[in-house]
Amino acid sequence: MKGILRIAFKLLINDKGKFAALLVGITFAVFLIVMMTSMFAGILHRASSTVINIGAKVWIMDPAVNTVASSIPMPDYILDAVRSIDGVKYAVPLYSGASLVKLRSGVYQAATVIGLDDASLFGRPELIEGRIEDIYAENGFVVVKDSEFPKLDNPKLGSEFEINDHKGVIVGIAKVTTGGLFGIPTLYTTYNRAIQYIPSTRYTSSYILVEPKNTDAIDNIKVQVKKLGYDALTKDEFIEKISSFYKYQTGLGINVLLMTVISFIVGLSISGQTFYTFILENLEKFGALKAIGAKGRELVYMILFQATFTCLTGYGLGIGLSSLIIAVAKLRLPSYAAQITYGNLLFAFVMVLIIAGISSYIGIRKVIRIEPFDIFRG
Amino acid sequence: MADLAIKAEELVKWFGEGEAKTLAVRGVSFEAYFGEMLYIEGPSGSGKTTLLSMISGILRPNSGCVTVEDKDIWSLTADQIADFRLNTVGFVFQDYHLFPRLTTVENVAIPLILKKVDWNESMNVSLRYLEIVGLKDRAYLTPTKLSGGEQQRVAIARAIVSSPDILIFDEPTASLDGDTGRRIVDFVKKDILNEKRCILIVTHDSRIFEYADRIMKMEDGMITGIVKGVQRAE
Repeated sequence: MKGILRIAFKLLINDKGKFAALLVGITFAVFLIVMMTSMFAGILHRASSTVINIGAKVWIMDPAVNTVASSIPMPDYILDAVRSIDGVKYAVPLYSGASLVKLRSGVYQAATVIGLDDASLFGRPELIEGRIEDIYAENGFVVVKDSEFPKLDNPKLGSEFEINDHKGVIVGIAKVTTGGLFGIPTLYTTYNRAIQYIPSTRYTSSYILVEPKNTDAIDNIKVQVKKLGYDALTKDEFIEKISSFYKYQTGLGINVLLMTVISFIVGLSISGQTFYTFILENLEKFGALKAIGAKGRELVYMILFQATFTCLTGYGLGIGLSSLIIAVAKLRLPSYAAQITYGNLLFAFVMVLIIAGISSYIGIRKVIRIEPFDIFRG
Repeated sequence: MADLAIKAEELVKWFGEGEAKTLAVRGVSFEAYFGEMLYIEGPSGSGKTTLLSMISGILRPNSGCVTVEDKDIWSLTADQIADFRLNTVGFVFQDYHLFPRLTTVENVAIPLILKKVDWNESMNVSLRYLEIVGLKDRAYLTPTKLSGGEQQRVAIARAIVSSPDILIFDEPTASLDGDTGRRIVDFVKKDILNEKRCILIVTHDSRIFEYADRIMKMEDGMITGIVKGVQRAE
């Protein structure tokens, strides 16, 4: 470390009160920013849980679909047409809907019902209890053991319930990668049973899931599906479409953004004010350094170093604190959605750099203006 | 005759403009030599600090010329003037301006660090200079734990650590009691001043006049006289 930066470092950390206040300000800001954006990322991730859990490479849907839950059923001929497109390895229908389940206790509970293609069971979840073949058994349903599982009275293999006056039997208990967003349990069954048990519209295919022969075939599939009046989206594109809907059309994005901006302002206010006070208290000393022979740019380096060091340390502490809180919260609250992504980390990092930049600018302005002559004059 | 250290010619400095214009230094010329301790004495507002600032490369004069070691310092660029201050001039400020968050030895080492001397070497050299000013045992204390006289000596060590040719003291005894002030100046005269060094002291403390080789009196921005140092009455 260059000597002048070492001096800057010692000036900073030896002023323990101010350094602690600066760190608290930055850490708190990063903590709030990361918590807010992580919660938002978690919500967006869960909003796409069906897409992630089913895992199909290409999804075909009505162009007006914004979320998995708001599917618009497609006529059966679309499935046949898609199967005939060059580059399609196979294509299967998927039913996605919601229904009220009447439990043995007499309580009604809303549930998401996913109907898997009868022939292939494409998109089936990983079972932790039972055999997937049993889904073909009479009234067979597979329940997902996620945070909403207890709402079905913690069913076991063989547990019975009613769904739209039809009997349902739990034949498997599954786990999925991602829990749902809306706080309702998920049941899997076959496509034909789903459309038979649950009141349906004239058309029944919520989505058509496509496995392309290779990645290069996807573009052609998209073009051909477009000609049919529908959209073919890759898994990532569908997730992005759902995210965009929640970000820009529900008010969720703007609310989280506002909270994030408030967190940023809080952090900037605390650290900016404290750093300004720190510079003011050392202003004469910086003037003395100038008089002794320090060049203006050396003083700028000192201040930039101090601000950057503080902000990066606060960033690390803030990330650590928020990671810890999220990890502990997830252990205690399975439905807690927050998740830290590289995007969150980068966003918080950029915010912290802006805080460092503004705090430095305030200090640098004062230090550049101080004249060594003022030191002589006292 | 000793070599010429500083030559100031017709220095003029004013502050403000229009009706607020104040003439602080009015055409001052003088010479200072290596091996001498030159006092600049005068009442408050007489322009002595302004004069000191102009000859040390801190305040640009409105007109006139300052030559230090045959170099016209105000013809230099800003960076060159900063280097001139760092390499040629040592400052002892009235309020010392020591960093309270650094140890004594780190305070002394600052000029060396600014000269990009290695950190460990800077500390070793600074320890030697602290020994010269009799404060080696205080090296790792912060200045706030030192007395006024000790702080003054730390400031002196910082001023001389880079071996500058010209030392500038601004009211060195203003914050000290009479005995301590005299002891400090006595130390400077005997142990710091040498034939390759010129010391300028701004003061109006008559108790230390006895140590001056010459005393330059200022009033209203002008030199009103230069006298030989006053001998102390035994």
